Amino acid sequence: MNMNQTILLAEIISALSLLIFIVPKQWKQPTALALSLSLSTITTGWAWSVFHTGDVLSGNLSATFWFYHSAMRVDSLSALFLLIVNFGSLTSILFSRGYLKPYLSVKSNHEFSLHYFWLFWLQTAMTLVVTLHEGLPFLVAWEIMSIASFMLVIFESEKKEILQTGIYYIIQMHVALFFVLAGFTLVEAKTGISGFDGLVVYFRDNPSIIMFLLFFAGFGIKAGFIPLHSWLPHAHPAAPSHVSGLMSGTMIKMGIYGIMRVVICLQHDLLQIGTIVLLLSLISSVFGVFFAIFQHDLKKMLAFHSIENIGIIGIGIGTGIIGRSLNHPTIVWLGFAGALLHVVNHSLFKSLLFYCAGSIYNQCHTRDLNRLGGLYKSMPRTGVLFALASIAICGLPPLNGFISEFFIYWSFFKGLGTGINTSLLFLGGILGLAVTGGLAVFCFTKAFGIIFLGNARSDSSAHAKEVPTAMLFPQWLIAIIILVIGFAPLAVLPVIKAPIPLLAASGLSVPDLVPIEHTLLMLTLAMGIAVVSFILLWMVRRHQQARHILRAGPTWGCGYTAGDSTHQYSATTFADSLHGIAPALSGVKTQYKPVHKEDIFPREVRQYTTHQEDQLEKILILQPANWFNKLMEKFVVLRSGKIQHYILYGLGFILLAALLTTLEWI
Amino acid sequence: MDMKAATMILLAAILIPGIIVKVKALTSGRKGPGLLQPMLDILRLLRKGSVYSTTSSIATQIAPTVYFISVFTALWLVPMGDEASFIHFSGDILVFTYMLGLGKFFLILNALDAGSGFEGMGANREAFYSLLAEPALLMLLGTFSMMTSYDSFSLIFAHWDLATGSSLVLAALAAYLLLQLSLIENSRLPVDDPKTHLELTMVHEVMVLDNSGFDLGIIQFANALKFGIFSALIANFLAPDREGVWEMILFGGIMLCYAVVVGLLESFRARFKMEKNPQFILTLTSVAALTFIVALIITNKLL
Repeated sequence: MNMNQTILLAEIISALSLLIFIVPKQWKQPTALALSLSLSTITTGWAWSVFHTGDVLSGNLSATFWFYHSAMRVDSLSALFLLIVNFGSLTSILFSRGYLKPYLSVKSNHEFSLHYFWLFWLQTAMTLVVTLHEGLPFLVAWEIMSIASFMLVIFESEKKEILQTGIYYIIQMHVALFFVLAGFTLVEAKTGISGFDGLVVYFRDNPSIIMFLLFFAGFGIKAGFIPLHSWLPHAHPAAPSHVSGLMSGTMIKMGIYGIMRVVICLQHDLLQIGTIVLLLSLISSVFGVFFAIFQHDLKKMLAFHSIENIGIIGIGIGTGIIGRSLNHPTIVWLGFAGALLHVVNHSLFKSLLFYCAGSIYNQCHTRDLNRLGGLYKSMPRTGVLFALASIAICGLPPLNGFISEFFIYWSFFKGLGTGINTSLLFLGGILGLAVTGGLAVFCFTKAFGIIFLGNARSDSSAHAKEVPTAMLFPQWLIAIIILVIGFAPLAVLPVIKAPIPLLAASGLSVPDLVPIEHTLLMLTLAMGIAVVSFILLWMVRRHQQARHILRAGPTWGCGYTAGDSTHQYSATTFADSLHGIAPALSGVKTQYKPVHKEDIFPREVRQYTTHQEDQLEKILILQPANWFNKLMEKFVVLRSGKIQHYILYGLGFILLAALLTTLEWI
Repeated sequence: MDMKAATMILLAAILIPGIIVKVKALTSGRKGPGLLQPMLDILRLLRKGSVYSTTSSIATQIAPTVYFISVFTALWLVPMGDEASFIHFSGDILVFTYMLGLGKFFLILNALDAGSGFEGMGANREAFYSLLAEPALLMLLGTFSMMTSYDSFSLIFAHWDLATGSSLVLAALAAYLLLQLSLIENSRLPVDDPKTHLELTMVHEVMVLDNSGFDLGIIQFANALKFGIFSALIANFLAPDREGVWEMILFGGIMLCYAVVVGLLESFRARFKMEKNPQFILTLTSVAALTFIVALIITNKLL
């Protein structure tokens, strides 16, 4: 089959999505799954062919299903993102069956139809985003993606705050759309070519920084770079967990995809642009994880971690661009390889974490860390999966997160000594990445420890049970890939390295990959030694313990053994030490009734609550918005309600325009 | 592949805790136990049964083993002067740092597993201090990677020579930093006091309150190994290039000196108030940044 035939087949499958509206309620998920699986098979076929032959596939969307005859192109970058989209969508639909089961009796048939219809169309839209390259079709696909995700976020739209969050989200997505639209329009006006092809011509002949920033703002809102991040901590907790997993794992990567496409077109001002990207990304990664630590809401915490990880991906991209400006092939290769691998990695462990959060919510009906605890005993499988994903997201060996952070660190080490400015920049990168890593360990030991270890902090978590295998199955799939990438990074190298020549631009030679491959092989060896020695020591331990008496007793309480679960460290107290060194930044507000001198024996039960305000959102979004609202209120005088006045305004405007044109001022 | 460095570290790990205890005893006018006493204590622990908290789950079971293995794996990456380490490859300095991080991750989980307020506190402090200390170590490694333009311990130290005065300055700065970092890493004075008997003021000790027997033994042995590893790193920076037996002797000498210095520091230094610790650790980060600037000046990138 040639490309156009497979495209037609994919279009037919997309059209069949209307079937979701017809089939009975419990058949909607299997229908969506079947459709998604068929679409994934086709698009994975494209990706396979691109990786296999190294050629670029191109074809046309047929006009039958599209108002516009637009060209599709699958190169190695699209192919990599296609794989991510497919895997993310499949696991999301698989997980949704168990997760939405309690809603089957509550939600109507139509609500389920709409949900699965848009879930499938989110995948379709993302597939289109990574394959279309002309301006208008790309934007249409981009818009479908935003609408689909909006519809998915507001699944529980009967709750007012969820609907509000959804609207907040869709407004921000349209601000993003505006930036990208403005960018494409300006480029087309200047060069006469629409889409990314025009961008190549534009960047060749014009100053790049402003245009790059325009696109970066648009795509950066989708991706969640600080200061464009404020929708993430709102939208992810509101959405059902399989949707948060798909959005955080896969959809925000479309922003990264857009940025990478623009980077491919860049030709001048590389050092400045690279520096801007690197600095913004460092800020995103450090502050993302810093804010995450203060969250009690599990999904909100994960949302802030998405910002952190987008930051890490951006650090890789920024380093790659700086490497291009230095003409240093190794830095370019390692930077972009780190970014691409981290895109893959984050899509894996973040969706896994969100699915685990979904399982926890499904059992305990709360996402408040301070009400969870001791879940490992009742949900051991979810616990193991969560631990695995936590280790991976902290970038610790032997899992996949380590490999991508390794690449980025490595590019920094190669870059030290390239010149005073870049050396200091790369040292700042090492510092930022190290702080991020440390904070991530802080945050995820807290999260895992508070949720799964110790004693239950409320009744709801005391009666949890392990979720059914149907929900665990997609999570095990993700876990297997996390392990494979972690232990055998060489196995995924062909997929990761394919798009790098695109990003590195034609002028640059490919570095010698032999030392890199050697290192990856040695990494596997080191991990192997660690695992083998672990098994040996474990066997010795078992042998030793089999011969000695093992007893169980209460936890050491310093003589006080009547402890209860409230004596444990909580999410709030764990974060307190960090709050102590940066109280102004953390934005943590506490509410409690202080104990006075006369209350030596307080009788009433006192509450101590804390909540965290996103300082950056407050300064960058809420305050300007308020200020703008106040300004606009001044103009309310003009709204008199009398038609004569409105006609007068119109007349005034026409006269003004006529005057200005005659005077040739505009 | 060479086992010399690893053997030296193992020997140092066996001796260093004993030397520290001995030095502390002598400076305070006591006779003190034998040099091998800490190791004998560990051996005794390894032969004992265990008590597990009824609250604890899998973390308490596997964390001590993982902690030990993480330190044990890091050990194979450290070289001895020109003698390469057992495993060495470009970028192994990162594996070293992150392996130690993995161990800490599990030890923190181990502490949270018992559901005790004390242990939560220890876990919190350990996580906090190590997140503050990590940048200093990575920046230091970055500096020397830049100086020698290699990114593997074995190659960095093989190409590191103390011939010039400026490299002596750098070596001294590095040794100072590593000494302080090793004290934080091993939870010694001035950040933590292993001899304290009050749970509220403990950091490391409180994290392992509910570990006993074999598990406690391997945790303590892993701590001793960390001493060995850090002393070997310091020796790598300070030892001049020599051949054969002389190199071993120089190395061993510096490692033992390290133990004596730690003992003396612990004898004459008081621990900080808890809230002073972050400042102290962040100062080390700025010393690491300073080292980098010095290195830039030396390599004529600056000025």
